[in-house]
Amino acid sequence: MKSELTLLTDPVFLVLLRMIHLLELQSVVLCAGPEAVNVTCEETYPHSSMDWFNQCSRMEKAQSFIVNILPDCFIVGCPYLAVHLSPAIPVFAVLLFVFVMAMLLRTSFSDPGVLPRALPEEANFIEMEIEAANGNVLAGQRPPPRIKNVQINNQIVKLKYCYTCKIFRPPRASHCSICDNCVDRFDHHCPWVGNCVGKRNYRYFYLFTLSLSLLTIYIFAFDIVHVALRSVDSGFVNTIKETPGTVLEVLVCFFTLWSVVGLTGFHTYLISLNQTTNEDIKGSWSGKNRVQNPYSHKNIIENCCEVLCGPTYPSVLDRRGVMLEDSTSPTPSDASAASTHKSSNPVSQTTKSSAPLIPNEHTPDEAKPSIGAGTQKSTSSPKEEKPPSPTSPNAVAPAVIKESAH
Amino acid sequence: MATEFHNLQELRHSASLANKVFIQRDYTDGTVCKFQTKFPSELDSRIERTLFEDTVKMLNNYYAEAEKIGGQSYIEGCLACLTVYLVFLCIETRYDKVLKKISRYIQEQNEKVYAPRGLLITDPIERGMRVIEISVYEDRGSSGSSSGSSTTSSSGR
Repeated sequence: MKSELTLLTDPVFLVLLRMIHLLELQSVVLCAGPEAVNVTCEETYPHSSMDWFNQCSRMEKAQSFIVNILPDCFIVGCPYLAVHLSPAIPVFAVLLFVFVMAMLLRTSFSDPGVLPRALPEEANFIEMEIEAANGNVLAGQRPPPRIKNVQINNQIVKLKYCYTCKIFRPPRASHCSICDNCVDRFDHHCPWVGNCVGKRNYRYFYLFTLSLSLLTIYIFAFDIVHVALRSVDSGFVNTIKETPGTVLEVLVCFFTLWSVVGLTGFHTYLISLNQTTNEDIKGSWSGKNRVQNPYSHKNIIENCCEVLCGPTYPSVLDRRGVMLEDSTSPTPSDASAASTHKSSNPVSQTTKSSAPLIPNEHTPDEAKPSIGAGTQKSTSSPKEEKPPSPTSPNAVAPAVIKESAH
Repeated sequence: MATEFHNLQELRHSASLANKVFIQRDYTDGTVCKFQTKFPSELDSRIERTLFEDTVKMLNNYYAEAEKIGGQSYIEGCLACLTVYLVFLCIETRYDKVLKKISRYIQEQNEKVYAPRGLLITDPIERGMRVIEISVYEDRGSSGSSSGSSTTSSSGR
């Protein structure tokens, strides 16, 4: 009893302190907004939310809640439940908690499916195609919108041209203004996770929300059991006096439950229809005169399987690429790319007479004013020092392990 | 053919980049990775249509194999989920294995078919899986045109 009494004040105090901390964080993130995202000048991935520091500070929002509030309160009930019911209860809670954190970190630090910007030759090629398609535009007239129509499963889908990335966006891709990149199968940009949710990390995001719902329900249920058991022993009023933290936490869980379970339910609905949040919000596939969803298999199980059990797509980014003029080729984590890179390198080195080889970037003299070489160099050095951000799934786990120690 | 090279090495030593042709994605089957087999007019004088189409069809087959949703992808997904994705430290994903096959195939095609004709295919993974970039080379001595300063370096990996 004495040991439990000493826990009385600590968890409650800690909970309140951390709720204040969380609110502070929330206000910082809301105020900072997109301005906090300093767009780097790396042509292929000018996205500072992958910048280590920014990522951590944004993700801390979700982390704070999960790491600080939920376990603190549960710790109060752990000894009681372990003794009176079963030690498996807190053990399972810990396992579930570890899973939630792993999914959060995986969602947060993995590439959502960013489409790199077109290199100058490709951009010019597309421009020429557009001009050929549009014909002569009279002076003073607005050129027609850059749209390509493709037929997917007997439905006409419009592909829009992205003026920032200089590509025609693939179907279901969208440009995220916060990350300033086109993301394949763009779902939404999640501020809690600090990253876009797209093709590559949607299943981790879904597993995160699902496991967090389960964890919240689990903690809620067992806190009620804890309070009930104590009330049977010593009465309800005494229980509130002995463990106010648990009662407080029941309330916190109750209110959290609705939002988290609601979000999970919403995404389950989207998965069963094979839609993205972006498409749902825009109403792309709803309405009378609209096209029906051409990506849906018209079968819930097949849709779920495609989204959750599909292949693990590779990342097409080279995050460790160095922008310096005298750099050697970047250390690849993908052996397949390395071999092709080597095969194309020798040729390009001999064909280029004047400019040195820059692996990820066009030569400085061709660099457009908005993508200055100076700023490239300044952003490349922090990228060099940061822990290996993986471009393939088998390298993500070490980053996950590192993150949890952070 | 306008220019003939015997192998990749000769291409390296005596060629200069003249042009680049981009084969775009074919979205008629949805968002799966598939490239158009339409023969570009710029390659008309450089390579036979059938050879080009065979290469693109083979690449499409490889990508279809990588993205196939079937027994193996389910097992891989479930196992990965149960092990909190730590299993990818030990094993390579199916997609990565197929990507290696693709890069070996492209290298082989470059050596045997494309380099002798003064062409070079860039692996689509280096262009964000958006296009197949075919670089067209001219013999340095014979042609004065060269876009010279451009590079075939990758935008991604």
